[in-house]
Amino acid sequence: MPASYKFKKDEIPGLLGENELASFSARNSEIHPSQERFLLMVNYIIRRLMLVPLLLFGVTVLIFGMLSFLQPVERLALYMRDFPKNDKAIPALIAKYDLDKPMYVQYWNWMWGKVDAQGNRDGGILFGNFGYSRSASQPVAELIQRRFPATLELTIWAVAPVVLVGIWLGVQAAVHHNGFVDQIARIFSIIGTSFPTFVFGLLLLMIFYANLRWFPPGRLSDEFTRIVESASYHRYTTLITIDALLNGRLDIFWDAMRHLIMPILTLSYINWATFLRITRGSMLETLRMEYVTTARAKGLPERDVIYKHAQPNAMLPVVTLAGFSVVGLLAGAVITETVFNYPGIGSAAVRAATSLDVVAMLGFALFDGFILIIAALVVDVLYAFVDPRVRLS
Amino acid sequence: MTQTTPSGDNTLLQDTIPMRKIGRVERFLGPENYRVLQGMLKTPASIVGFILVLAFILIAVFAPLIVPPVGKNPYVIPRDGFKSDPQPMGTAWKRNAPEKPFWFALTGQEKWTHIFGTSEGQYDIFYGIIWGTRTAFYAGIIVTVSTLLIGILYGAIAAYYGGWVDMLLMRIVDVLSILPSVLAALILAAILTPLIGKSTLPVMLALIAFGWMGYSRFIRADILSVRERDYILAARVIGVKDSRILFHHILPNAIFPTLILASMAIGEVVLSFAGLSFLGVGVEAGYADWGQLLSFARNWITSLNTYWYIITWPGIFLVLFVMGWNLIGDALRDVLDPRMRGKS
Repeated sequence: MPASYKFKKDEIPGLLGENELASFSARNSEIHPSQERFLLMVNYIIRRLMLVPLLLFGVTVLIFGMLSFLQPVERLALYMRDFPKNDKAIPALIAKYDLDKPMYVQYWNWMWGKVDAQGNRDGGILFGNFGYSRSASQPVAELIQRRFPATLELTIWAVAPVVLVGIWLGVQAAVHHNGFVDQIARIFSIIGTSFPTFVFGLLLLMIFYANLRWFPPGRLSDEFTRIVESASYHRYTTLITIDALLNGRLDIFWDAMRHLIMPILTLSYINWATFLRITRGSMLETLRMEYVTTARAKGLPERDVIYKHAQPNAMLPVVTLAGFSVVGLLAGAVITETVFNYPGIGSAAVRAATSLDVVAMLGFALFDGFILIIAALVVDVLYAFVDPRVRLS
Repeated sequence: MTQTTPSGDNTLLQDTIPMRKIGRVERFLGPENYRVLQGMLKTPASIVGFILVLAFILIAVFAPLIVPPVGKNPYVIPRDGFKSDPQPMGTAWKRNAPEKPFWFALTGQEKWTHIFGTSEGQYDIFYGIIWGTRTAFYAGIIVTVSTLLIGILYGAIAAYYGGWVDMLLMRIVDVLSILPSVLAALILAAILTPLIGKSTLPVMLALIAFGWMGYSRFIRADILSVRERDYILAARVIGVKDSRILFHHILPNAIFPTLILASMAIGEVVLSFAGLSFLGVGVEAGYADWGQLLSFARNWITSLNTYWYIITWPGIFLVLFVMGWNLIGDALRDVLDPRMRGKS
């Protein structure tokens, strides 16, 4: 080995990994060990934050790439509301918005908007202008604004049944490993993963709507929609259930809940299978740990062993799953909303897709992309705080 | 247990560890694969799965015998008139009836009827289900194989070259995985449909475009571990070409887990395909496809109590198909779980 040979990180005698190396250097530079993890954490968060602009850029490029499949005429909807009736006007408009120019020029216009001599800006997603939806004949941003509260409301009410019941089922299956409960849970999970959302939804509609007339599709019955839209009714949050409670109208609250029950059931059912499997696996692994044996040997009641010693440690992988499931709900449960005619952004995206309103669809995709990138960041950072074993390097 | 004294020969060893006879199959497959095969054949769940999948393969292969094809394109469901209301099960065929199949004589009935009724627009449900089995296999296999090939090639290149190539390629994968796959595929399918016409192609292309990322991540991780083995170093030392090392030395040793993953994915792919057809992108109305057949029910949700057969029959077939694959996949996962090794 030549004298000038420099060791690479992994080759330092004693085989220090990156974690050890970091703590090694931290110790040598007189940083207190208690601050060490904090510094690593800050470092991790900064590096994770730096990824966000990259991902945002990637998503805009991806969506713009899909836009470039369209004819220049169709892309006019990015900038103007009314399609010109006179065919002769179209070439001039295409030239006006640079739709015949190279792609990078168009990408810039799409991001920043096209500013004319008077300083008026047309388009520009950075300014919240996502173009115009032909099928809904209104700006896409407005459409999202109008549809999003419904999705948010569904998500808020669906979180508890989806996450908590899913975890509870998984824990029960693990505690009764290979027992009767476990077998039932297993069958349930396989049926759950095999049942298409729309078939399950249609079955619910058949039983609870067509036969029993208990739970209708949609978001609110007509007579209450009239009340909600009247001037005397205060709409504080645009979430119907919350507004109804704030207005003291329990009948409206109950009606909105009746419409929510079937979508919630569907979302729960399709998510439970995944929660069950992940929680069960993680819980089984934890229950084999020696500290659980120790806890039992100390004579703790089995309930405390399971719920206080084992479960909190088994929840770490479930936390990530829960985070992404909730965000997935927020991004719009496309099929569930469509089956139940629930007016959220998922069903709006489907309506745009079936009427080939690509500009509106890509607006929804962009909105979802933003939500999901931010949410992934939050989940990752939270996870690093929760789990001391996460590698921060 | 009898007391034995050590003697020079290994009869003692033979007594304590009874020698197992190694059959021809085991010799051919090797101990690990043989254990997997045995595990698969012993689990009741996977047996049910195999039976279901086999049944669907038979239905797909013998579709022309079960319901003889009608018209030029057998994948277009024959219409018995143009009435909008679904007709109940057992209604007589009037127009465009397929020939009576051979098995119909066994039922002892005279008249050739709509066995599962008709859907909106008088599309025969039974015909759609039987020929839809072919569509399901066709879409499932093509999408799975294509995504698998793309994913393996992409992941292999990223893992083998490492460094900034890996970094760049994996960030692209990150970007593509941000959007929920149903939404992304829905959008791409809706963009492609006007360009290439209504058929199974737009949805399949969309599912391929947004379906390969999982495989590339998976195989990348496996290759990264194989890459560090000594025999790869040895190959590099004697000057083997990059491409040969990658495709002859690394991939065969890293590919098995990814193939298993893919074998479980067919059910899921068919689910997504049916889901997109249900939402109304891709195939034209009347194409023999389960999702499309179910989408007719969207117009009749207020009267599903009378027209229950328009969702029940296609629904049952779709669920059983996906369940067959999931049961096999579930059993495979259990058998391959390293913690299960040693227990047969």
